[in-house]
Amino acid sequence: MKKSFIILTFLTPLLFAGMITVPLWLASLKDNTKKHIYVIDRTNQYQKVLKSNETYEFDFVDKPVNAVRNDNADNKDFTALLLITDDLRKNSKAATIYSQQQVNLELKTYISDILSNYVEQQKLAAYNIPNLKQMVENSKADINIETIKWNKDGKEEVGSAELALIIGMISAFVIYMFIVIYGAQVMAGVVQEKTSRIVEVIISSVKPFELMMGKIIGIALVGLTQFLMWVVLTSILSMAVGSILGHGIDLNTLQQSNQINMNMHGMPTDTAQGSIQHIYSMLSGFDFLKISIFFVIYFLGGYLLYASLFAAVGSAVDSETDTQQFSLPLTLPIVFAIYAAIYSAQNPDGPLALWCSMIPFTSPIVMMVRLPYGVPAWQIAISLGILVLSFIGTTWMAGKIYRTGILMYGKKVTWKELWKWLRY
Amino acid sequence: MILLEVENVVKQFAGHLALDNVSLTVPENSIYGLLGPNGAGKTTLIRIINCITAPDSGEVRLNGKKMTTAEVQQIGYLPEERGLYKKMKVGEQALYLAQLKGMSRQDALKALKYWFEKFEIQAWWDKKVEELSKGMAQKVQFITTILHNPKLLIFDEPFSGFDPVNADLMKREILELRNNGATIIFSTHNMGTVEDLCENISLVNQAKIVLQGNVAEIRANHATKTFLVRSENSITGNNFELLSQTEKDGIFETKIKKMNTGSNNLLLKELIQQTEIHTFEELLPGMNDIFIETVKP
Repeated sequence: MKKSFIILTFLTPLLFAGMITVPLWLASLKDNTKKHIYVIDRTNQYQKVLKSNETYEFDFVDKPVNAVRNDNADNKDFTALLLITDDLRKNSKAATIYSQQQVNLELKTYISDILSNYVEQQKLAAYNIPNLKQMVENSKADINIETIKWNKDGKEEVGSAELALIIGMISAFVIYMFIVIYGAQVMAGVVQEKTSRIVEVIISSVKPFELMMGKIIGIALVGLTQFLMWVVLTSILSMAVGSILGHGIDLNTLQQSNQINMNMHGMPTDTAQGSIQHIYSMLSGFDFLKISIFFVIYFLGGYLLYASLFAAVGSAVDSETDTQQFSLPLTLPIVFAIYAAIYSAQNPDGPLALWCSMIPFTSPIVMMVRLPYGVPAWQIAISLGILVLSFIGTTWMAGKIYRTGILMYGKKVTWKELWKWLRY
Repeated sequence: MILLEVENVVKQFAGHLALDNVSLTVPENSIYGLLGPNGAGKTTLIRIINCITAPDSGEVRLNGKKMTTAEVQQIGYLPEERGLYKKMKVGEQALYLAQLKGMSRQDALKALKYWFEKFEIQAWWDKKVEELSKGMAQKVQFITTILHNPKLLIFDEPFSGFDPVNADLMKREILELRNNGATIIFSTHNMGTVEDLCENISLVNQAKIVLQGNVAEIRANHATKTFLVRSENSITGNNFELLSQTEKDGIFETKIKKMNTGSNNLLLKELIQQTEIHTFEELLPGMNDIFIETVKP
């Protein structure tokens, strides 16, 4: 138990960091080999466009297709053959790529971008209108709608529906995971104490309710600690790994994409820097302190609500395999809540979102999705009020079932029986 | 001096009466037996004494005071369904349980050292409980029960799960604890131990106490006027009924039952006239017989 906890605490951030950095690392790997492409250009007009660079080497040959194929049957350097049979202005399907393997998308996009761009310019030139190229360039539009949220005090904030969605869903999922994982841990702990028969020894020293609450609070603290460590360790690790691998990746890929952009449009773009600034301004539009505080409150409320019920289930059964019958009614609303959260994210002020953020069994998860979009204070107050009253209620109920259940051995418990225990 | 008083305790579980107006008093520095068939209500009574369950009515007092947390701390309780955290180390766990009973860490360590040496189980300190056999775990449990030097010890079926050697060890320890001033209540099915250990008993059957008192008195009251006579020759008489007679190495062993209410001396006088009498002994019924006879429907 102890060992596995330590392992889990330290390995999970490694896993997360790996999930973040490994794709970046893989992305940096694939550009290392030079791609050798033969070109058979029957029109003889594209040699000046397809220039070799660090990644792609274009080799213009004048042979039949079959000859190239036979010559390079065993040549590992050979990547692909580009065959252009006709003027692409007239016949846009006149270019074909042959390869022994599946042609990768990047190569195909690269060549088709270059050729399309060239043909586009040729066509424009054919109109014989001075400055047409410039006019077309100017007429290009990239509409990016900025969303701005009005504050209470009339201040404008740059908002982002996408970012709100991401923040909401992440916090909802984390709360969902924690309730399921740590709720199950509470239940397993109670079952373990019962099956190992330690429980009666302990409750001759402490009250059953104290024992139950001790277990619930203890595991909540473990959960919060573990969560904090995950956040801290994951960010440290992914920063560290990112800075080791990162330099190469960022410079290469960014430079390359900029190069291509330059080639295409004839001027450098500042998308990378611009979007980062944009993201920063959007992030500052969210009140992270508020969201974090409500995250902790809803996490604790939801956890307390469910954990006490899980403890009651654990106390009523004789072994872990018997828990299913009673834990199903507990896991169903949690699973329902996560689906409600996904739908609520699309319409955070709709009736489903409103009701599910009030019902205590779903509110800790659904409200997290709504919060980044902004929720009226009175709704939060009602939702929290109901949640607090409910977890006091479930804890009280669970306490009654628990104190009878833990001393009941070798009896197949039914729902009717549980109802009876409630009224002792 | 009375240590524990249970007065008119009633406990009802949905639709079934577990304890019906049960009262008993346990004198200080004695061993008290709680007997009864399975499901009679012994464990419920023990749990009420330990404040694990609350009675519907009635009262339990320790040293004349109503049970509170402070009073419960003076009890050492070994439940029938007993166990330990399997993944925890023996020493660590014993310390934890002792501290739960209000002992300081130092005191607990000192006491544990004493008991572990006494039972010669120091080598188990760093073992996990799951590595111990059932009997070994029971020893550890016994130690954790008595460690905080409680005034009152309650053992529910203490000898179940022990082999005869360890059961005997436990018996001796219980006697020693009594000699050192503790008061002990235990429930058992083993009537032999009751005769060996208990001064007083209560026999619980179907939620009621059906027999209560001093073991010697109870046995005397249940006397069936049966006597065992060892003599040179066979005996006969009108005042008694011959139950059985055997001869071994020239000695006759005869079991007789007195027919009248005359004194034992009168009976003996009649026998002495017939032959040489080696022994004349009243056969008191065992607790086993009394138990079966009392509980029989």
